Amino acid sequence: MTQTDLVRSELESLVETIDVKTHFKTPRGIARAVDGVSIQIRRGQSLGVVGESGSGKTVLSRSIMGLLPRNGVIREGSVRYRGQEIGNCSDKEMQSIWGREMAMIFQDPMTSLNPVMKVGKQISESLRKNLGMSANEALAVAEKLLHDVRIPEPARRLNQYPHELSGGMRQRVMIAIAMACGPNMLFADEPTTALDVTVQAQILELLSEQKRDRNMSLLLVTHNLGVVAGYTDEIAVMYGGKVVEKAPTKTLFANTKMPYTEALLSSIPRLDQPSHSRLTTIPGRPPDLVNPPKGCRFAPRCAYVRDLCLNEEPELEQADSPDHTYRCFYPVGSPEYLERRVELTRKGELVASEGSN
Amino acid sequence: MAGTGKAHLRDDQNVLLRVEDLVVEFPIGRTGLKVNAVSGISFDVLKGETLGIVGESGCGKSTTGRAIMQLPSPTSGSIMFDGTELTTLSGEAMREARTKIQMIFQDPISSLNPRRNVRDIVLEPLSIWKRGTTAEQLAAVDKILEHVGIDPQRAAESKPHQFSGGQCQRISIARSLVLNPQMIICDEPVSALDVSVQAQVVNLLEDLKKQFELTLVFIAHDLAVVKNISDRIAVMYLGKICEVSSSDDLYRNPAHPYTDVLLSSIPVPDPTVAVKKVVVDGEPPSPVSPPAGCRFNPRCPNASDRCRSEEPTLREIEPDHFVACHHPLTGGEAPVSVHFK
Ligand SMILES: Nc1ncnc2c1ncn2[C@@H]1O[C@H](COP(=O)(O)OP(=O)(O)OP(=O)(O)O)[C@@H](O)[C@H]1O
Ligand SMILES: Nc1ncnc2c1ncn2[C@@H]1O[C@H](COP(=O)(O)OP(=O)(O)OP(=O)(O)O)[C@@H](O)[C@H]1O
Ligand code: SF4
Ligand code: SF4
Ligand SMILES: [Mg+2]
Ligand SMILES: [Mg+2]
Repeated sequence: MTQTDLVRSELESLVETIDVKTHFKTPRGIARAVDGVSIQIRRGQSLGVVGESGSGKTVLSRSIMGLLPRNGVIREGSVRYRGQEIGNCSDKEMQSIWGREMAMIFQDPMTSLNPVMKVGKQISESLRKNLGMSANEALAVAEKLLHDVRIPEPARRLNQYPHELSGGMRQRVMIAIAMACGPNMLFADEPTTALDVTVQAQILELLSEQKRDRNMSLLLVTHNLGVVAGYTDEIAVMYGGKVVEKAPTKTLFANTKMPYTEALLSSIPRLDQPSHSRLTTIPGRPPDLVNPPKGCRFAPRCAYVRDLCLNEEPELEQADSPDHTYRCFYPVGSPEYLERRVELTRKGELVASEGSN
Repeated sequence: MAGTGKAHLRDDQNVLLRVEDLVVEFPIGRTGLKVNAVSGISFDVLKGETLGIVGESGCGKSTTGRAIMQLPSPTSGSIMFDGTELTTLSGEAMREARTKIQMIFQDPISSLNPRRNVRDIVLEPLSIWKRGTTAEQLAAVDKILEHVGIDPQRAAESKPHQFSGGQCQRISIARSLVLNPQMIICDEPVSALDVSVQAQVVNLLEDLKKQFELTLVFIAHDLAVVKNISDRIAVMYLGKICEVSSSDDLYRNPAHPYTDVLLSSIPVPDPTVAVKKVVVDGEPPSPVSPPAGCRFNPRCPNASDRCRSEEPTLREIEPDHFVACHHPLTGGEAPVSVHFK
């Protein structure tokens, strides 16, 4: 363990953010979509970014990629790629990074594919532009890429338009486009949410294969902790624009600290429950980013909330386990947590199946 | 003739929907070729039951759901809904029938008109069908909105984009309920939602089903969700049904090799459980020229010569558990059948 830790710490960060803030000017006020996030991704490592809708996962990825709207955005903090500050680069300077260095699989395949351009052309264009291939070469590579992402009849698909493909296939086309120039850092924004489980498993397998074989780094965005359990080295849980818990994947599951992380985990329907089991939900909704709650942003929905949580914002705490941080006053396992848990169980507000570990 | 068989159809007076030999084909331009999206499937749904349909992308789940609604009407086959054959209805009669069967879709936001306020969106079906006075319509809408947990006042003031994805799905559900349908076909209703919201919507559907005595067809690719909400599940592969069973039994005792693949692909929310190497590889075959015999044979670990020539039909391997496979994982080999051509 210490040996690996040593080796790991020697690996340089490929991507690093320091206290990144991305705020949007909206008619209602400033929306703090990403509010002070520091993460590191090392070469060949994968980081899962998990959280509910609106927690800032996509905005974080876009902030690192430099793909934010031009107007109405307030940006702060530092984004480094291979040690170089890229947070202030212009689109023109980013051109040399997009595609070959960093690529992104966007969340919504239908709106990010060009509806009036054939699939083959969409893939081959970036190959021609970034790698200087001839049209024929690029089409041949495009066919191979479609084959790699397991699209049946790749040759026929090259001549189809996006609307002629099923949702799952469109997502795989997106992945083929992102992989086209062999990036070092891949942002995969919910790459499998719209896909069925067999393809999901294949695609996650495919991404980890690329990661392994090419020593690629991967940032995997998802709302489902279950999906990233087997495919990430580390997980950052986001809530209301902040990272509220971050740990190596095994630690996060074995030694969950945030009540929020715990609640996310227990809302996943499980195969070992009989059918028609009542699913555990998290009451309420994520915070308004224009007027976030004063104390802990999760407080209005947290079963373990106390006065302190309503008034003060928890700082980043270091857990006993290495590389494990969280923001909570009464973490899972603390005396206050346990006391409340006993009360909740007595009142029948906690279902027995809602695991505490 | 080998179809996928009908052994699993029930002779029950409570059958609300009975689909027989459903075929949906899409011609490809002027090539003379066609996509065999759905190839002769049969199933039934009892009143008050939830039938789950699962299967890989492109296997024909949405096409099946839309064919029930005659959107478009199928190439061939019969769809009996509450004693009426839908495939031969006139346009007007079909429009009327569609009020009794509603459909909700995967993408909650884009399935709602962005320019109207949410209360009007939910009300629209009532005004189209001139159900009751305006005051009665508004009262009905507000009641339904309350049921799905949307504040009617806010609905009157807001457009869909001002609501979250989960709330938009609640709004779609409200809209599908106003005409008092008997059946709702849910096509991936929670696939685009967060796990936390997904759980809320699944719980909501379960509650509404009881309150409004609904019958559901629930199409999804997430087997854990389908298992939770369904009484009975049909597993589809490339336009065919391969297994039908009660949902708990399907998970306890999968018999079809493809069902087994589906089950073992489900991610386990536990990093100490090693990720299972994906058990099927290769490409899903083309629905334009599906393989002869069993359509799963090119990817099936159990495939034999028989599988490559003879199409398996659904047969009962234990009470209310049906499988279309020559060499299933449980239930014994299929008896050698006599062919009638
Ligand atoms: N261009 C923009 N202008 C104003 N607000 C924005 C803009 N883009 C994003 N936001 C807001 O920033 C917040 C974070 O959005 P983001 O898309 O990062 O969430 P997410 O975690 O990716 O959610 P999802 O799971 O739904 O994709 C949201 O409240 C969103 O409404
Ligand atoms: N209008 C159409 N024209 C041509 N082919 C179509 C059409 N609609 C569907 N198909 C094809 O029919 C097959 C079944 O599609 P369908 O959308 O029913 O699959 P599905 O099971 O719902 O998949 P997914 O999980 O991706 O939604 C696919 O091969 C699809 O490409
Ligand atoms: S700080 Fe308080 S409200 Fe926030 S997660 Fe911890 S216990 Fe819950
Ligand atoms: S019939 Fe044969 S090929 Fe088809 S699933 Fe069964 S064993 Fe596999
Ligand atoms: Mg997002
Ligand atoms: Mg579909």
